[in-house]
Amino acid sequence: MAVSVDEAVSTGPARDRTPPARRLGGRGRSVLEVALLTLLAVVMLFPVLWMIETSIKENRDVYAIPAKFFGFTVTMDHFKDVFVAPGGGRSALSVSFLNSVVVAGVSTLLATVLGVPAAWAYSRFAVKAKKDQLFFILSTRFMPPVVVVVPIFLMYRQVGLIDSKLGLILIYAAFNVPFTIWMMKGFVDEVPAEYEDAAMLDGYTRLQAFWRFTLPLLVPGIAATAVFALIFSWNEFVFAIFLTSSDSVRTAPPAIAGLIGGTTVDWGLVAAASVVFALPVLVFAYLVRKHLIAGVTLGAVRR
Amino acid sequence: MASATPPAPGRSRRLSDRGLAVAFISPALLLLLAMSVFPLLWALYLSFTDYSATRGGPAHFIGFGNYTAILTSAQVHQRALTTLIYVVGAVGLQTVLGFAIAYLISRRTHGRGLLTTLFLVPMMLSPVVVGLFWRFMLDAQFGVINSMLGSLGLGQVEWLTRQRTALISLIVVDTWQWTPFIMLIALAGLTAVPKYLYEAASIDRASEWFRFRTITLPLVWPLLLIAVLFRAIEAFRLFDLVYILTNGGPGVSTETLSFHVYKVAFLGFNTGTASAYGILMVLVVIVLTQLYLRYLNKLKEG
Repeated sequence: MAVSVDEAVSTGPARDRTPPARRLGGRGRSVLEVALLTLLAVVMLFPVLWMIETSIKENRDVYAIPAKFFGFTVTMDHFKDVFVAPGGGRSALSVSFLNSVVVAGVSTLLATVLGVPAAWAYSRFAVKAKKDQLFFILSTRFMPPVVVVVPIFLMYRQVGLIDSKLGLILIYAAFNVPFTIWMMKGFVDEVPAEYEDAAMLDGYTRLQAFWRFTLPLLVPGIAATAVFALIFSWNEFVFAIFLTSSDSVRTAPPAIAGLIGGTTVDWGLVAAASVVFALPVLVFAYLVRKHLIAGVTLGAVRR
Repeated sequence: MASATPPAPGRSRRLSDRGLAVAFISPALLLLLAMSVFPLLWALYLSFTDYSATRGGPAHFIGFGNYTAILTSAQVHQRALTTLIYVVGAVGLQTVLGFAIAYLISRRTHGRGLLTTLFLVPMMLSPVVVGLFWRFMLDAQFGVINSMLGSLGLGQVEWLTRQRTALISLIVVDTWQWTPFIMLIALAGLTAVPKYLYEAASIDRASEWFRFRTITLPLVWPLLLIAVLFRAIEAFRLFDLVYILTNGGPGVSTETLSFHVYKVAFLGFNTGTASAYGILMVLVVIVLTQLYLRYLNKLKEG
């Protein structure tokens, strides 16, 4: 006899009736589920909390054995060290943060300016071999970065783009264009083409129809797409470490990774730098939470 | 070029449309050609030579020499096995965990949004931050993981300095970062399952397991498969996490194919060999991408 779970809510002691696990009473089961979920959430969030905790600990508490969870001395020194050099003045880390802002910002702008019109054109017009073109565009995004970085390195060496922000901006834009096109194509598809047809009947040209009527409707989509591109550029490490070397050009990921180069590692500083670095990403991610699925699957799957 | 000339009135408009399409698409394609295709073609050329980036000098054409060397190398087979263990282990683990979390969340009515957002945090962090932080937590001496094991009365583990545990650590960290991805996609699938199907099933007094097997799983499966495929592509080309967390070591126990290419290219400076290696990896990715797209199209039609 199959009993639906809702009917099998038992208030009595479950052990006496020896129910099969599957038919555990509704409430007991619910409690179990909540407990399991809480446990999983704690495990998933613990590293992040530990990072934040480490960033505000005195050094002797950071290296305490056994690890100190509570009752440590709170200090903001590590955060100060992230921004201020030991002798005063700006630290190398703060310069790298600024570089990250410039590189991520400009490359995102470039990818948006190139990608949005292309997405519109792919959505609206019968382009020759459209499917093949779109596949090609997507596949460039999936290429292993270590593989691409070898010829890019040689190419940049030839044209003098090694160790320059422009070099990074170009490669990040190139990696974000496929994403922008795929994600924006979805947004454009949702805007009825009839709007443009109607505008053209009113005497506007196709370009004007796009500019005046479709583009304003795409703004929220463009914003979401740009934020994802921004997050990608902000977090990128492989190109950054192989194509740049000087402190004045390096972005934050290789700079933070560089903190563990020596024999002793200042984990407090690493933690503080990581927290500062992760903060904008988390804020941005929160802003685009509605578009997360489209964003993480390159816009190919929408909810 | 001029096939089937359209009627006169429409013609100018269609031509301007085509001009607009070309003007809008070509800048993006040009950037991709310059930054992706051109380097790749260059790598393709180099893959048939013995060129070395440090030695300089002219490149000598050696045919398929690099390719046969790679495909018959025992070293490469070893790296391929490591990569396979890592990809299967990590993606498998995060699929099971991610789906389980999504299933648990989908059964809750309260706090669903908050829970989802919290679970998504790891995915948003940079691999550098993730790698560094886990390196700290897994430290044999003062790492918090060993500290907790110690207070539970368990022995200490040299997570990153023992061959077997290093690969396990890599899988664990990757799973930590990417379980949220699978969870997110699975949750989208689970919430999209129409309620009336469950209602119909409960009228038929179908068991929980039966409902899960015949309603939930088949409806979520295509989406889940896409997530798995996507993760497999990403895991296959993973480099940064290995670089930060273990640097391929100890020995070569966590040296994946991606990491090996880097060593051949930037430590050994055998640019030609590295290029051939890279081309082979790109071929694998292209096959995987094809699969990914095929399932996507199926999903969109269905």
